Amino acid sequence: MNIPYTIEERPDTGLANGKLGIWLFLASEVMLFGALFSTYIILRMGAPEWPHGELNVWLGMANTFILIGSSVTMVMAWASLKLNDWGKHRLYLIATVLLAAIFLVNKYFEYAAHWAKGELPDHSTFLAIYFTLTGLHGIHILGGIVVMLYFLGPGAKLYKKSPEQFTNRIEYTGLYWHFVDLVWIFLFPVLYLL
Amino acid sequence: MHSDQDSIKKSVRSYMMIGLALFAFTAITVAVNQVHLAVPLAITVALIIATTKGSMVASVFMHLSHERKWIYGALILTVIGFFVLLALPVLTINDNIGTPIHVEAPAAQHTGH
Repeated sequence: MNIPYTIEERPDTGLANGKLGIWLFLASEVMLFGALFSTYIILRMGAPEWPHGELNVWLGMANTFILIGSSVTMVMAWASLKLNDWGKHRLYLIATVLLAAIFLVNKYFEYAAHWAKGELPDHSTFLAIYFTLTGLHGIHILGGIVVMLYFLGPGAKLYKKSPEQFTNRIEYTGLYWHFVDLVWIFLFPVLYLL
Repeated sequence: MHSDQDSIKKSVRSYMMIGLALFAFTAITVAVNQVHLAVPLAITVALIIATTKGSMVASVFMHLSHERKWIYGALILTVIGFFVLLALPVLTINDNIGTPIHVEAPAAQHTGH
């Protein structure tokens, strides 16, 4: 059975089903991270004092550069498919996975430094919200890596059968990835700088 | 098909430019942080830069600058829902259900001039 509207747009929405689906998913993600950001605001407003300089700003900045770079390679992976350049698409997608992996390795070193000093989530309100927000974000990075590895591996077969459908799937993966980047763009100043 | 490919080629240039701008804004955010501004000003500047960067990612990388109305509709509903959720804790702070009401003793009546 063929699933309708995977490539062509539905006449009522003007969108392929997958695109509307991923945007609705991202809307639910906005609510999830939004709830945590508002929790942060309430906790910070109610705290008599808030720690400064607990996090490594330079590592946080490096991770911001890495995620922005991965967003550029992700959008280039999609644009290469639109330009029928399969080889470049693969290169850009591999680069995105590598950058995402480097981000997680940096995050591991950051977490390890905290744990070595006994700074676990129960140490302070700041560390509790820091580990919650960055941990959830890290899980999203991991999820993105799994999806991209799928499209580099078994999922790549679809390109031969239906290149347009494959291109759409990469576009939806990209939308998710840019959202993950977007969340970090706000997490970095809120947690590391303010 | 050709015009589609031409527009993608033009977009590639803008993706690169936006990527560079995002790098620059990140560096500016950290540089401003090193200046040690007053806390309210530092928060304002950092959030303005983050919002600018976020808008660039959403409008260019996520193609929100030219999307269908269904997607805008879904996002507008999300924003409304988000602000409702944000207001909920404020409502609970102002909520006085269950707290005893203290009735003040009536003031002395003035009976005449």
